[in-house]
Amino acid sequence: MSEFVEWGALGQVVLFGLLVGAGLPAMFALGVRSLAGPGARGDDGQVPLVRRVVAYACFSTVVLAVLGAVAYIAAGGH
Amino acid sequence: MEAVTEPLLLAVVVLTALAFDFTNGFHDTGNAMATSIATRALKPKQAVLLSASLNLVGAFLSLTVAATIAKGIVDAGIITLDVVLAGLVGGIVWNLVTWLFGIPSSSSHALIGGVVGAALAAAGTSGVLWSGLAAKVLIPALVAPLVAILVGSIGTRLVMHFTRDVPEDQNERMFRWGQIGSASLVSLAHGTNDAQKSMGIILLALIAADAVPEDSGVPFWVVLSCALAMAIGTYLGGWRVIRTLGKGLVELESRQGMAAETSSAAVILLSSHFGYSLSTTHVATGSILGSGVGKKGAAVRWSVAGRMFMAWLITVPAAGLVGAAAYGLDVLVGGTAGSYVVFAVLVAVSFGIWLWSRREPVGHHNVNDEWEPEADNESIVAESVVDHDMELLTVAADHEQPREEQR
Repeated sequence: MSEFVEWGALGQVVLFGLLVGAGLPAMFALGVRSLAGPGARGDDGQVPLVRRVVAYACFSTVVLAVLGAVAYIAAGGH
Repeated sequence: MEAVTEPLLLAVVVLTALAFDFTNGFHDTGNAMATSIATRALKPKQAVLLSASLNLVGAFLSLTVAATIAKGIVDAGIITLDVVLAGLVGGIVWNLVTWLFGIPSSSSHALIGGVVGAALAAAGTSGVLWSGLAAKVLIPALVAPLVAILVGSIGTRLVMHFTRDVPEDQNERMFRWGQIGSASLVSLAHGTNDAQKSMGIILLALIAADAVPEDSGVPFWVVLSCALAMAIGTYLGGWRVIRTLGKGLVELESRQGMAAETSSAAVILLSSHFGYSLSTTHVATGSILGSGVGKKGAAVRWSVAGRMFMAWLITVPAAGLVGAAAYGLDVLVGGTAGSYVVFAVLVAVSFGIWLWSRREPVGHHNVNDEWEPEADNESIVAESVVDHDMELLTVAADHEQPREEQR
């Protein structure tokens, strides 16, 4: 079997795939939760600064990852 | 090679390669945009326009020559213009047939199958490197959806968990933006990967015909025409495939769509980075299935998925059969005339398939209609239990209410 399946490469794809492919949506979801989840709005109807900072930190991580991927494609990384 | 003094034959091959590129864009739009269309994050026409532009950009972004399409799979020594032409015919015909039935199958596998078939017809079993075929094409076709299902389902599960008590309108609003971003990335990755395959084929043909020196890079007009052919194909849109992917497998909402597309983009880019290239189509389909597995209570139509997996397994042999037949016809007629006959038959067959498709057109107007499985008992049962139940309940409730008021 090992002749036909490159287990090493496959393992790396699965590992990093989970980290990035499942991690980024999860990060985005945390951002959404921080911004719009239960208790996000205080008594004055505003989202507190802390929650907004957390949310935008999450979103910018995702955006940075996407831009990184575009740069990677542009650099002909594959 | 006999093609040295055959500029017309070369033109036919280049034209056929561009036609393949066109069907590739046409067929694979669904990979990137199906979920965005299904969840209405983008209007159908907006989605294909965005995808077409990004495919165009993607084709220009990276120019590392990818003439590797058949490398390590068929014996490079037997590649002639006739083999290339027959292989392209196999790829195009299979792409069109699977498009007709709305089955997302890999365009690269169709092309590889066509070339393998033509090589078999030209040089017998010794012309094909079987272990290369198994390791690079057949096994990855089985592995890709599994990896994507795993990543897609875990991503969806996490997203669902974190946003379980966020109001639904907020979720929809924000995740649609996320979806547009992730879908764009898949389009871009597709453009860079797949346009280059056709560029590679055309370069191969140009070299074989002595039109350019052997160490030549890809001429600019080849880059431009390939990028355009794929973008036009994408814009015209494979609505049939989009429909199957977006509506046939899983009923999607934005959160699942975003998780599925991010999973696709990550697995596609990572797999090519680690030198274990997986097909865009197989990964995208797997991710969408995964997003159904990851959502509690979601209906996954495994019977539709099963039919797809079958189609993937027969892609290489089926396209190979067409490729071999095309090569056989070429030799039977003989000489340069053979290639022209093959080309004429290809045009006729493509036109026939297009005519057939007009009988039941799928376009931007009905791409999101309710999924009605015909002659598919298993999914009818699944649907009546899972999807239509709510509708029945509402109808029943509507009928009951006035009665209660009367009492």
